Amino acid sequence: MSVIPGTPDPFAEDRGGPAQPLLSVSALYKHFPVRKAGGRKQVVRAVDGVDFEVLKGETLGIVGESGCGKSTTAKLLMGLIARDTGQMLYDGQPVGERSMPWRSYRRQVQMVFQDSYASLNPRMTVEQSIAFGPKVNGVPGRQAVERARALLARVGLEPKRFAGRYPHEISGGQRQRVNIARSLALEPRLVLLDEAVSALDKSVEAQVLNLLLDLKQEFGLTYIFISHDLNVVRFISDRVMVMYLGRVAEIGPSDAVLAAPSHPYTRALLASMPSLDPDNRTQKALLAGDPPNPIDPPPGCRFHPRCALAEPVCSDAEPPLGAVAPLHRVACLARQPGSGHSAAPARALAA
Amino acid sequence: MSASAAIASTGGVRTNEARTAPAVDVADLRVAFGKVQVVDGVDLALERGQALALIGESGSGKSVTLRALLRLFPEGRSRIEGRIHVAGRDVQALTRRQLADFRGRDVSMIFQEPLLAFDPVYTVGRQITEAILRHERVSKEDARRRALALFERVRIPSPERRLDNYPHEMSGGMRQRAMIALALACRPQVLLADEPTTALDATVQIQVLLLLRELQRDLGLTIVLVTHDLGAAVEVADRIAVMYAGKIVETGTARQVVLDPHHPYTIGLLRSRAEGALAKGARLQTIPGSPPDLAARPPGCPFAPRCFLAEHRCHGEMPPAREIAPGHRVACWHADEASVAYRVGPTPVRAAEPASPGPPGRPSEQGV
Amino acid sequence: MTQPVAASVALDGGVLAADDRAHGQEAAFVPSRGFWGHVGHRLVRDPVAMAAGALILAVVVVAILAPWITPMDPYKGSMLRRLKPVGDATYWLGSDELGRDMISRLMLGSRLSLFIGVTPVLIAFVIGSGIGILAGYVGGWTNTVLMRTIDVFFAFPSVLLAIALSGALGAGIFNAIVSLTCVFVPQIARVAESVTTGIRKRDYIDAAKLSGASALTIMRVQVLGNVIGPIFVYATGLISVSMILASGLSFLGLGVRPPEPEWGLMLNTLRTAIYVNPVVAALPGVCIFVVSISFNLFSDGLRSAMEIRQ
Repeated sequence: MSVIPGTPDPFAEDRGGPAQPLLSVSALYKHFPVRKAGGRKQVVRAVDGVDFEVLKGETLGIVGESGCGKSTTAKLLMGLIARDTGQMLYDGQPVGERSMPWRSYRRQVQMVFQDSYASLNPRMTVEQSIAFGPKVNGVPGRQAVERARALLARVGLEPKRFAGRYPHEISGGQRQRVNIARSLALEPRLVLLDEAVSALDKSVEAQVLNLLLDLKQEFGLTYIFISHDLNVVRFISDRVMVMYLGRVAEIGPSDAVLAAPSHPYTRALLASMPSLDPDNRTQKALLAGDPPNPIDPPPGCRFHPRCALAEPVCSDAEPPLGAVAPLHRVACLARQPGSGHSAAPARALAA
Repeated sequence: MSASAAIASTGGVRTNEARTAPAVDVADLRVAFGKVQVVDGVDLALERGQALALIGESGSGKSVTLRALLRLFPEGRSRIEGRIHVAGRDVQALTRRQLADFRGRDVSMIFQEPLLAFDPVYTVGRQITEAILRHERVSKEDARRRALALFERVRIPSPERRLDNYPHEMSGGMRQRAMIALALACRPQVLLADEPTTALDATVQIQVLLLLRELQRDLGLTIVLVTHDLGAAVEVADRIAVMYAGKIVETGTARQVVLDPHHPYTIGLLRSRAEGALAKGARLQTIPGSPPDLAARPPGCPFAPRCFLAEHRCHGEMPPAREIAPGHRVACWHADEASVAYRVGPTPVRAAEPASPGPPGRPSEQGV
Repeated sequence: MTQPVAASVALDGGVLAADDRAHGQEAAFVPSRGFWGHVGHRLVRDPVAMAAGALILAVVVVAILAPWITPMDPYKGSMLRRLKPVGDATYWLGSDELGRDMISRLMLGSRLSLFIGVTPVLIAFVIGSGIGILAGYVGGWTNTVLMRTIDVFFAFPSVLLAIALSGALGAGIFNAIVSLTCVFVPQIARVAESVTTGIRKRDYIDAAKLSGASALTIMRVQVLGNVIGPIFVYATGLISVSMILASGLSFLGLGVRPPEPEWGLMLNTLRTAIYVNPVVAALPGVCIFVVSISFNLFSDGLRSAMEIRQ
């Protein structure tokens, strides 16, 4: 039962059944023009052909380093910036067209930002910030405030103490709880968490992760969880998507991807996680240097200049996302039969 | 190789006295800003050539402790008390002039944000040579040569060309390396590092951590690393000190603290990590509540309000630091109970690792 | 022995309970003051700003009550008692070139001086903020068109612009106010635009967009509260400029007309007496100077009171 009045929202109901992905994204592109010294025009290929699906009720983790396009992807998914090309289907409906305008889509899809302070209006109380969404969607003021208070209580902040506070008067963890409450105010089905726990202290991070798990169960939510912390992604995600320079490198069940990574980049990322065992410290970094700039991505496989498995063929052909196991797909020529890479498996996976 | 030799060979110009005392010797350090006691009685001792990690959450006073070692606070607004001996000098007794010489020459510091350490209008190479010329009487050519050696030492690719870069022309990881080079320009004995890898990507972070370890080993550098990340601490440090609300609650070797924690806060930190979770999707164990307001510090143990072992005495009386094993000190009335609880608890961090198919940070051992 | 460990696995309810304990008495029941509450609190502790504020308040009170409290008739002169010096038994602050009581004229003059000093800034504050916030929030072509148009006004020095406009419109209080408003609108719009542009990219604006709010709602609810403070401070700073410009216009005969007392005009008519009685001739100037610098100091105090790190 929706609290949002007016015409019954045709999109609030499930349409395609549990097997239809909640969100499916195909051929998503976003290039930003930049002008370098000398007036030469260049483009940042922030998101350069990304396809993926978010299944109903799952948590999809997106990992990658700076410049991999995960934040741009988040903004594209929310429509905060316009995509160059590509299609987004929300429960089978094309987003941004007449059958599913952005306004309807955004009631279903909400976002929690990384910077808990910057994402709250410093001149509004916590309660006003949460009630803003329902109010602009036609909920009468009193009811919107009541809803805000109920949500505050739900995220573990006693309304009596916190409702009238301003963002600078509460701690980072409490602010992030407020942001989570705000994202739930419109009763979304999909919540996009963009590095939502990255800025928090470890002990607070654990509290917020627990809260996210509880809320997901209680409200039947689907999460897209963007993070650079593989441990957190491993903990919370059902499936993981690894991005590198604007493209998907590997996607699959998180147990498979993070325990037995197929892509050399995922492997290097995992090897970069600091050890927690003093007797067994990391001896060697698998990758040298910084992640490259997405302005002039290398031809062929984008990872080949840093890859241990690189062969001449890698600089010619751009590897497609191919299955290595059921549901586990990798964009690496060394994993794809018939690719011409010497390490490629002999026959295709019967998928 | 020749680079590090060149750096090491001309290091012996300091007095003998300064060479024999412990690198860091701090006793009952107290730092207050106004009425807020941010650091409340910290004792630290660190032998030469060792690396210590100060870990804690925001507001624990770890960064302030680090800055106190160089008295990096505005004079009027802070009050520093206690004994601070670093690199054989009594930091509290230094005049302003001596302090300026001391900083950079005997002890230098690196930060989370390298752009703050560099002046954007000069090339990185020029800033490093100027740092050398400021502290030592060498020719410009020698200084430049040493800057080049430093760049090679911190593994900056094509160092000759990079010396002529401006800070903004470098990538994040390279800037961090350049800042380390700048910090090492005058061959300090002690390097203070304040969250040096927090802003970096994972694959770059591990490179910088390994570089710090290498510098400690090859140059005999003493390192004090402040971080909130237990993993980063374990990668670099020989010793770990855990801070909470301006006090060191547990200190010991990295093995002692991480594998045999005795303070409930350390235990909470280890347990609340996502990789320690029993099963995917299972609830994480958390430390309830949030750190105390330092302006209204509760009497007794500051961790008591959040502690699973707290009893009446904890709320009224601050436990003294007690040595439970050589070099392993814990400030808790219930250290032994905490330790037992940790060992019989559901997820000892050590034991979980071989059981899980892909322990973090070890995929290189699984074969390709 | 495992009991305590189980206790550490806290549910959210447990978190809350412990949170309460951890915070203890701290701020739990102190009502939030809000931003303006904090600003007021800090402003009260700034002695310079408070002194300036008190002086402005005093002048305003005098201006309001002037017709009833002037010791003598400010319009009635006497050829016999011209240019009496300050400290005269009858005329405490002397008399002007037509023998009218200076103190009465200064008191009554504060009305017009304040009116034509403050009104243009107030009007420009409303118009300029509107233009600036719109340009800053919408960005793109709208911004370019609006801001480049406004830049045209910056090509002229403000004194020259005010005189030119006043001259074109003709003398009179209303026209003086209109021309001064035109001088200040571009300045305020430019400040409003830059403050708004700084805020437009904040995450909370994105969050508001995601909630489905219209641009107008976002500007009104989310943007306005964050930009109005800095713009207001800037505008209070302009009052001093406005008072001086207004006096200047009257001095040139483009504003208030005799015999109405207005400080700028009084300065003009008394200028012939500067060799006879320089102190009296300077009095209107002193008034302009003191009041305008008070506005300036108060605005400075307000600015620093608003610099709360959040």
